[in-house]
Amino acid sequence: MKLLSKNLGWVVFFAALALFPLVVTNPFYTSIGVYALLFMASATSWNMFSGYSGYIALGSAVFFGVGAYTEALLALHWHVPANGNLFWLVPLGGIIATAFAVPIGWISLRVRRHTFVVITIAVFFIFQLSAINFSFTGGSSGLALPYITWSAADFNNPFYYAGLILVVFITLVSAFVRRSRFGLQLLAIRDDEDRAMGLGVQVTAIKITGFTMSAFAIGCAGAIYALFQGQIYPQFVFDPTFDVSVALMVFLGGIGTLAGPLLGALVLESAQQYLTATYSNNSLYLLLFGGLFLIVIMFMPQGVVPFVRDKLTKRTDLERAAVAANDVSSPSPVAPSTPTEVTA
Amino acid sequence: MNATALLSAAKDGILTGAVYALMASGLTLIFGVMDIINLAQGTFVVLAAYLSYALQVHWHIDLFVGLLITTPAMFIIGVVIERVFIARLKGPDRTGMSILVTYAVWLLIEGTLDLVFSSNDVQLQGWYVPKSFTIGAIHFGYIYVAGFLLAALLLGALYFMLYRTRFGVSVRASLADQTSAALVGIDVKRVSTITFGLGAAVTAAGGMIYGATNAFNASSSYDLISRLLTIIVLGGMGSLGGALLAGIVMVFIGDMVGVIWSPIWSTTAYFVVLVLVLLWRPQGLFGKVQARVA
Repeated sequence: MKLLSKNLGWVVFFAALALFPLVVTNPFYTSIGVYALLFMASATSWNMFSGYSGYIALGSAVFFGVGAYTEALLALHWHVPANGNLFWLVPLGGIIATAFAVPIGWISLRVRRHTFVVITIAVFFIFQLSAINFSFTGGSSGLALPYITWSAADFNNPFYYAGLILVVFITLVSAFVRRSRFGLQLLAIRDDEDRAMGLGVQVTAIKITGFTMSAFAIGCAGAIYALFQGQIYPQFVFDPTFDVSVALMVFLGGIGTLAGPLLGALVLESAQQYLTATYSNNSLYLLLFGGLFLIVIMFMPQGVVPFVRDKLTKRTDLERAAVAANDVSSPSPVAPSTPTEVTA
Repeated sequence: MNATALLSAAKDGILTGAVYALMASGLTLIFGVMDIINLAQGTFVVLAAYLSYALQVHWHIDLFVGLLITTPAMFIIGVVIERVFIARLKGPDRTGMSILVTYAVWLLIEGTLDLVFSSNDVQLQGWYVPKSFTIGAIHFGYIYVAGFLLAALLLGALYFMLYRTRFGVSVRASLADQTSAALVGIDVKRVSTITFGLGAAVTAAGGMIYGATNAFNASSSYDLISRLLTIIVLGGMGSLGGALLAGIVMVFIGDMVGVIWSPIWSTTAYFVVLVLVLLWRPQGLFGKVQARVA
């Protein structure tokens, strides 16, 4: 019971997500919901490495694309019938993406942060161009997946719930990592890599492990996306805007937090889908996106979730840490509320 | 493979590579002095190309004459962006934040350009654009040669400014160590602002040549920024000579692969070479090994 009451907000949040397609049955909105969930999973997964370790990766579309192509190629070569069985291939998309992440991480994590950003971009372009130029990927005309003939009214629901399962899964993994020894090592790398190394953290191994882990859910999201679209094109699954969108969502919500990426992705992806469906004007979207982004960075550089939390509790992270340290050290029932009182 | 193809690729590498190096020089200087990764550099190039385009279409101003207007204009745009957005960034994660801020600036500029000029491709025109002359069996486009000369002149001027003037000393001091530079009385803030302005100003010439040799639209900035970033990483961040060599290598490899194998693999080959070079030299060709700071 204590566990439930402590995490009441989360339970309500996921229950609301689970009920959404039952209440709102309009396919226009449930399809926005599918995209939002796929981005929520991707952003949470991205945050699990880049948010915790401070290594900003701008090539996560590689894993999204690999997942999507794995789904499409396996479905075609194994002649999987066009029904719910196609969903069993989704974890395979994630596994293949993870397998690709090992050599990519090994190559790109040999350098320091700023060069890492650029190498992830370069690796991304190698994958995008390869998908366009190889013949087994169908070239620039892409691949068509088995055509699913479900009724139009609730066509979106299986994809929606597959996305939701993925979001719940990766949120639990991310929460677990955050509290684990491994997560602490990632955070130590973010705060001061040299010192972490000096304290005996195997920084390279930890970084590569974190990077590889973050590929799985993004690969799964790509696989679900491929199924949902029914047809994939190299420039849409290996999409440079995916790379930056995911990073943007995490920064907007609050990098390194658990709720931030979920909230950022939910708001931004829904808004983007809605705007592109309503106004076909790309420039308006760019201006809105860029403007919003600038405002957030300038006025709440730590992201919306930490900003609001600090406003609500009137405490900053530093003060909270001090209080937490006090709570542990002083078992007295009357816990001092601010660190100033302790020193006085 | 014949010798003409090789020579032709080498010619392209040197002529076009120098122009890319010019655009990248702004990026590498800004990174070196300020620890700022300016993702908006690609869109600056496109913006400059559109400025030349607007001058040409509305006032019939020649591309090269137009540089006298677009260069100061880009300098001012750079200075304003630095003052309003970049200078406010503080704290240990300044570089990471700069990636985000300049990306937001990029989106705003791209959105505006898309709104004003539509997303149709345009190309800059001039009587000299389609003309070329031939030496041996190799063709030299006028605009490519002019672009090379302009890039060489401006890179030379930047080099002179960095190594032969008092301001250059301040820039190099800030490059080496901001805190110490400030301690000996260098106004690091002013140096940063001017460097950012110069970094934007060089895109005026780079953008004009780019716009005359390529059809472009507002979203061309994606391709540009990925090339420019890889040039400065390959050359070594903060190194002008490295940017020049990397720019030439990039175009040369692309051309050679196009001739020997197939043009569709040109860009891929360059990125593969980049990754391989970084495996061997993580700091880039001319980069210094990063020392521990603070």
